[in-house]
Amino acid sequence: MSRIVNHAPWLAIAVLGAFSLGTVALARGETINALWLVVAAVCTYLVSYRYYSLFIAKRVMRLDPARATPAVRHNDGLDYVPTNQYVLFGHHFAAIAGAGPLVGPVLAAQMGYLPGMLWILAGVVVAGAVQDFMILFISMRRDGRSLGELIKSELGDIPGVIALFGTFMIMVIILAVLALVVVKALTNSPWGFFTVAATVPIALFMGVYMRFIRPGRIGEISVIGFFLLMASILLGGQVAQSETLAPIFTLTGIQITWILIGYGFVASVLPVWLLLAPRDYLSTFLKVGTIVVLALCILLVAPPMKMPSMTRFIDGTGPVWSGSLFPFLFITIACGAVSGFHALIASGTTPKMVENEVQARFIGYGGMLTESFVAIMALVAASCIEPGIYFAMNSPPAVLGTTAEAASQVINNWGFVITPEMITQTAKDVGEVSILSRAGGAPTLAVGMAQIFSDLFGGKGMMAFWYHFAILFEALFILTAVDAGTRAGRFMLQDLLGVFFKPLQQTASWAGNLIATGLCVAAWGYILYQGVIDPLGGINTFWPLFGISNQMLAGIALILATVVLFKMKRERYAWVTMVPAAWLLICTLTAGVQKVFHSNPAIGFLAHADRFRTAADEGRLLAPATSMEQMRQVIFNDYLDAALASLFVLVVLAVLGFAIKTCLQALRSDRPTTREIPASGVTAGAGD
Amino acid sequence: MGSMKSNLSRFRGYFEQTAKLMVGVPDYDTYIEHMQGRHPDQPVMTYREFLDNRLEARYGAGKAGCC
Repeated sequence: MSRIVNHAPWLAIAVLGAFSLGTVALARGETINALWLVVAAVCTYLVSYRYYSLFIAKRVMRLDPARATPAVRHNDGLDYVPTNQYVLFGHHFAAIAGAGPLVGPVLAAQMGYLPGMLWILAGVVVAGAVQDFMILFISMRRDGRSLGELIKSELGDIPGVIALFGTFMIMVIILAVLALVVVKALTNSPWGFFTVAATVPIALFMGVYMRFIRPGRIGEISVIGFFLLMASILLGGQVAQSETLAPIFTLTGIQITWILIGYGFVASVLPVWLLLAPRDYLSTFLKVGTIVVLALCILLVAPPMKMPSMTRFIDGTGPVWSGSLFPFLFITIACGAVSGFHALIASGTTPKMVENEVQARFIGYGGMLTESFVAIMALVAASCIEPGIYFAMNSPPAVLGTTAEAASQVINNWGFVITPEMITQTAKDVGEVSILSRAGGAPTLAVGMAQIFSDLFGGKGMMAFWYHFAILFEALFILTAVDAGTRAGRFMLQDLLGVFFKPLQQTASWAGNLIATGLCVAAWGYILYQGVIDPLGGINTFWPLFGISNQMLAGIALILATVVLFKMKRERYAWVTMVPAAWLLICTLTAGVQKVFHSNPAIGFLAHADRFRTAADEGRLLAPATSMEQMRQVIFNDYLDAALASLFVLVVLAVLGFAIKTCLQALRSDRPTTREIPASGVTAGAGD
Repeated sequence: MGSMKSNLSRFRGYFEQTAKLMVGVPDYDTYIEHMQGRHPDQPVMTYREFLDNRLEARYGAGKAGCC
């Protein structure tokens, strides 16, 4: 009887969730309120956390509160510290939350909010949160080792190296795509560019202050930095008005690209305390703070969803990104549903700080549910602006043209009502010259957030401030990622190249550093440049490539988790990781093959190359090329992109092959063959 | 009243710890306690050295970024 009483509230939550989900899914034609999405999402999270994650913890992993964690065994007060689970949750969440959950859902909104929402919810419950939780568990039982080392020890040396190489390539693409998002947001935007550029001197000042004036005062300097940032937004508004200053800060995409490349190089060789660390403080606190405020604002404003629940573009003809719902929706929304990069975080610092094994459920599964909620909020922010404005902002110039009149005509033909005046008025409201073709999520999200924030604070007059606040907030943590990623990529590259030429491996040598940094910056800079000059806007080409690589990494992580379950002799429960792994493999392999071989030049790289080759043979020029030289460049890039996509497919297939072999071996063995650190019984803070 | 005040300061402590750990700086007091309790014979880093040590650990070799 008490069993039933225990489950009754959860049943009520489940019913409420199902009802909300039904309301969202069955709404046809009439506008629904964003709160329905929020309620449906939160109920889904609560029920899946209560039941599914508990099932995984108790049956699949058999978490043992009496088993000592690495934090307890290796406690050194530095890397290994038993940490309160709420404190650690904050750390873990701040590490996994990035640009991904914000950008992906915004791009996916071109199909309407329903497909994206369903994938975010189903994906996180069955795939994303399971992956984060499993990898955290596996790493925690192995002294907090990294994903690469785990693959090496459980699967073998060769798959380990393959996975490491794959990770490096993924990182290069991520950096290029993130930088592209920044370029799209700042092109011809003196206000935005000034504000983002101001973060560099602000961070330098903070670095010097922390080092020499008031050493170690992180909280104090972060507050000072925050006020300086707000001042720079206000000042940016003045700059944009000024006739002498505005032209200085009005830059083309190509100019910003070169500035970013130069910045990436310099920033990643400077001492970390000077630029990277202080900007990391600002971006982390601003990120978490804005996410919390955005959640509160959505609850208070309760905006109606203006985007239809499904648009005509589910057939794959959408202007924002090309390709049909399957497989490309599942590639476009990566973080928020499932993200391979979390596997790197869950096998990074977090497993070294878990106080008690059973807390991994709250931190791993719970952390990812929270991230998923960020994705839902991004989807809400993108869907509560006028659909016409959404498409004006996210479609490439090759489709829209470059004037408000041309754009509104194209968008009206798609069936979304918009006048040229609405487009120019929105640009004016947010303090920009033009909002056309600012794909990449950030500006759309900024308009959505500006609308939500200004409803609560300051009305229309404040909209421009909030727009640039949102741009700053996203650019800030993207630039931190570019800086930190270039640094990490440099170390990886030095490791890889050091195999052939020993002196490069010395991370303290200046020449080695500069060469490896240069190569790393050149790699992402090259892709970024191609994206910027692409008439389809770059995001169109590269976001799917990013999604494929990121989801493939998730597939690899889930394959690893499956192998570990087989080796633990728990193959009975291996479906928990096999089902999401299989789904990710189906999606990413289909998408990867389509990106290479699809006959539509908007999707397939080879078909695109063919189109340019045919034109070149006939002596014709196709945009964006303005010379035969550039035509050849476009063809070369298509082959390069095709090679990258093929490479990712091969990496995944290779890891899958090794995994099947290892699983079969484990099945034949009559006892567990996994490489866990044997249990020992000293624990701290059991289950509080 | 007293217990409410101590609850409040405990909450503040957790808040500060969380914020610092978000940027890769664990609790310095815990480190001191650990060194005094387990390694009383070894030298203890000053707060400044401790910060530099954590900075190197966060951004030094072999660390990956976020998504």
